[in-house]
Formats: sequence, C-alpha cells, structure tokens
Amino acid sequence: MARQVTNRYRVLVTLAAWCVALTLSFPIIWTLLTSFKTEIEAIASPPKFFSFDWTIENYFIVQERSDYFHHFWNSVVIAIGSTLLALVIAIPAAWSMAFVPGRRTKDILMWMLSTKMMPAVGVLIPIYLLCKDFGLLDSRIALVTILMLMNLPIVIWMLFTYLKEIPGEILEAARMDGANLKNEILYVLVPMAVPGIASTLLLNVILSWNESFWTLNLTGANAAPLTAFIASYSSPEGLFYAKLSAASIMAIAPILILGWFSQKQLVRGLTFGAVK
Amino acid sequence: MSTLHSRRAAKVMLTPSVLLLLAWMVIPLGMTLYFSTLRYNLLMPGATPFVGFENYYWFFKDPAFGVSVLNTLILVGGVLITTVVGGVLLALLLEQPIFGKGIARILVISPFFVMPTVSALVWKNMFFNPVNGLFAYVAKLFGFPPFDFLAHAPLFSVIVIVAWQWLPFAALIFITSLQSLDSDQIEASQIDGASKFQRFIYIVVPHLTRAMTVVVLIQTIFLLGIFAELLVTTGGGPGVASTNLTFLVYVRSLLQFDVGAGAAGGIVAVILANIVAFFLIRIIGKNLEA
Repeated sequence: MARQVTNRYRVLVTLAAWCVALTLSFPIIWTLLTSFKTEIEAIASPPKFFSFDWTIENYFIVQERSDYFHHFWNSVVIAIGSTLLALVIAIPAAWSMAFVPGRRTKDILMWMLSTKMMPAVGVLIPIYLLCKDFGLLDSRIALVTILMLMNLPIVIWMLFTYLKEIPGEILEAARMDGANLKNEILYVLVPMAVPGIASTLLLNVILSWNESFWTLNLTGANAAPLTAFIASYSSPEGLFYAKLSAASIMAIAPILILGWFSQKQLVRGLTFGAVK
Repeated sequence: MSTLHSRRAAKVMLTPSVLLLLAWMVIPLGMTLYFSTLRYNLLMPGATPFVGFENYYWFFKDPAFGVSVLNTLILVGGVLITTVVGGVLLALLLEQPIFGKGIARILVISPFFVMPTVSALVWKNMFFNPVNGLFAYVAKLFGFPPFDFLAHAPLFSVIVIVAWQWLPFAALIFITSLQSLDSDQIEASQIDGASKFQRFIYIVVPHLTRAMTVVVLIQTIFLLGIFAELLVTTGGGPGVASTNLTFLVYVRSLLQFDVGAGAAGGIVAVILANIVAFFLIRIIGKNLEA
C-alpha cells in the first residue's frame, strides 16, 4: 500500500499499540515479577514494580512442596503422547481424503467437525465410570486416549487442509515413473507434507497442554498434569502470592514459548483453513 | 486419476479414524442416555431401576437449571461480543506502521497460551482479591471502597478472565484476514474520496465477515464448555450465581454422585450445543462456500 506515513503518525500509533500490548500482557508480566518477590513484598501496598529484593527462592519452594517436575513430566507425556497418537491415526485418513476424494469426503469431514461440537460434559459420567471400572482413574493412559480422541477431528482437518495444497500431478508423475504406494508416500509425499505435519503437531501439543476439563476431572495426585497441579493452589493458605506466581510461570513458560513460534499455524489450524 | 487399487487403499486408511470417532461419539453418549433414565446414585448402592423421564423432570424443575442455562448464554455471549469487537479494533491497531511490531504482537497474543487454571487463579488472587488485589489498591487510590468482584459480580468477573484469554485469538485471526485485504480496493476508495470511517464500514467490515463467522464458531465450541475457570475462581457461586450448564452437571454427578440427574443434564447440554451448532454450521456453511 503506497501510503505516505508521517513520522508523527508512526510515533502516535506506536505509543497506542504498545500501551494496549502492555496492558493485555500485564497479568503475565505482573505474575513474572511477583514470582521473584518475597511473600511480604508480593502484597505490599503500594505495589512494588522493580524495587524489591529479587529472589528465586519461590521456584525452589514450589518444586519442593508440590514436586513440579513430576507434573511437568505428566504434561509432557499427555500432550505429546496424545498428539503423536492422533497423528498416526489421522495421517492416513487425511491423506486418503486429500488425494483420493470420494463423493462423500466432504460429508465425512463435516461430520468429523461436528463431533467436536459435543460438549465434554455430555459424556463425563460414562467416561468417568469407564475409567473407574478399568482402574484407569488418575492414569496417564486414560488421558492420552481421551485427549487423542478429542483432538482427532482437528488433527485430521488441519492435515487435510495442508495436504490438499500438494498438487496431485506430482504424485501422478511419481506413479508414472514406477513408484509404488510406499515409495510415493515415503519419498514424494512426506517431504512435502512435513511442514504441515509439524505445525499440526505444534498446535495440538499446545491445545492438549492447556486442556483442563478432563485433566481436572480424571486425575488425582499421580497423573495430574500442570493444569491440575496449579489448581491445587486455589485454596489460599496464609501468604502465597509469590509461590502461586512462581508455580504459574513454571506451568505456562514452556508452552508460551512454543506458542510464540506457532502464531501463523495457529490461525490456519484453528480455523480449519477457512482464514488464510 | 485414482485407480481402483488406490481407492481401496484410501478406504482402508480412512476406516480407523471414522470408527474411532464413531465409537467416541456413540458409546459414551449412548451410556449417558441410558443412565439418564435410571435412578442411579453412587452413594446408594443396589438396584438402579428404570424411571423414564423422571431425572429430566427433576432437572428441569431444579431452579438451578434455568439459572445455569441463562448463565451459559450470558458467558458465551459476553465473551463473544467482547472478543469480536475488541479483536477487530486490536487488529486494526496492530496493522498500523508501528515500531517493534513483532514484540508488540507477541505480547498481545501471549494470554491465549496461558492455561485456564493459571489465568483464573492469577486474576482471582492478584487482581480481583478485595484485600490484596491490584484492583482494590487502585480503588483505594481513588478513594473508593474496594469491590469484591468474585462475590458481587461473579459472572462479569469470569467473562473478564475468559475474554482476556480469547481476545488474542480473535485479534490474530482478524490480523491474518486483514492482510489479505485487496489494496487496490482501498486505493480506489481513497481516490473516490471515501473517508476513513466509510472505508471501514464498506470495505473492511464486509471483508472481515468470514473471519468473524469463524471466530464465533470456534469460540462457541470452546466457550460452551467453560469449566476450569469456574472451578478455581467462584466454584459456581455464590449460590449458583455463576454456575453454567457444564458446571451444574459436574456438581450433580461428581460432587453429589447423582449419576441419573447428571446424565440427564449432560444430555440437555448436548442438545443445547447442537441447537447452537446447527445455526452456526448453517451460517458458516453459507460463508465458507462463497
């Protein structure tokens, strides 16, 4: 857009944008700052912004008190496990719908999307009782399976929109040259599909990491991921803002950083390719 | 293009996904439906007799039911309005030629990646708390008595928390959509002497309709099931003032162990979601075809 922009205008919008950006992210910044305070300073009035005795003690207390790394590992296993499992099941499905579309492909896709509309609470009781009967309450296996099923439609949709953009002619050419199905997939399709698969993986790890209906309802002390670990800080006990802040930062930091890298894929993935 | 061979292979590859999703839909939903017709309480072991629609009858007669449906709609509606309007404004602002745009964008987007339990607890304790919260401090600064948000405006507070989480998502989608705005059209309108406001109403807003539809659909799916935010902030209270349908079913089934009533509530939630989804998918379908 060839528009003349005066410097004054630039400065003004920059100021406005930064004010808004800092306001919106303030709760996170404030949590980060508070995590380095002592409990007394955390509730000081007037609030202290930078002039306090910085300490990292809270992080050690959190680890010691509620075993952060145990829950962190649960989160990793559940988020990555469910995503990988979903990918293994979804890749063939997305491949077949993208390259060998039938009359009913569109219907199947819409139906898959519609399964996402089912509110989780509608199946809370059976899932809870099934887990109880099979002795899977508070187990990572149950959560990996459930989150996999929950995200499967999104994974298939995302992969489908990516794979669809690979021109079919290339595959045909490979076939003409005598490639069989295995070679076609391994040497032609996979290299071209890797970026799409990677961003699907990224987005679904983020979604699973933050999922907090099933993780809160189906876990106790053992399999609780970070979402449930944080919930244990919900009942106040004396002065706890600094510890709460440290625990919060530890819970969100890994995925926050991943998230920054996934901005573009996020839009595509969560809108099922409808907004580009 | 496809041979018979590849057609068969395609079917085989599609089958596991379809079967899994079908099972995931049919089995638990069928069980919920079945439980909803039984008198079944985990605290009262023994027979679970068939009672027909009795659970539904009591669930509908429960005063908490009407409140929770209304709360669900207020929550979803409140967050949708805030995020769509705010998201468009935010996107327009971030599309301006600003210094340090990349970092500003990262700051704006960050709340979306914060897990619900964390954002709810941070807001509850460090902002809304009437004694030590920042809002109480600001109120005192201006000579007002501190306001206990979660006790006196629980639904509003939850809307603030959830809208804070979803605003970045809406903004991000609108930014993406704005980038595909046809610059020729803008230039033509400038030559024709359209004002900034006219340009916004007649060019930008129509262009964003599709993105808005998508934002509404996706967010509604997630917002109907708000749970963690309520669990760690208000616990659905005071009373049932901030209980939505999801939370009500949770209370009935996992706290009061009344499987029958909880299942009936679950089915009601599914029906409600389907009504919303029916309209949304129609609107979306129309929008996406074009």
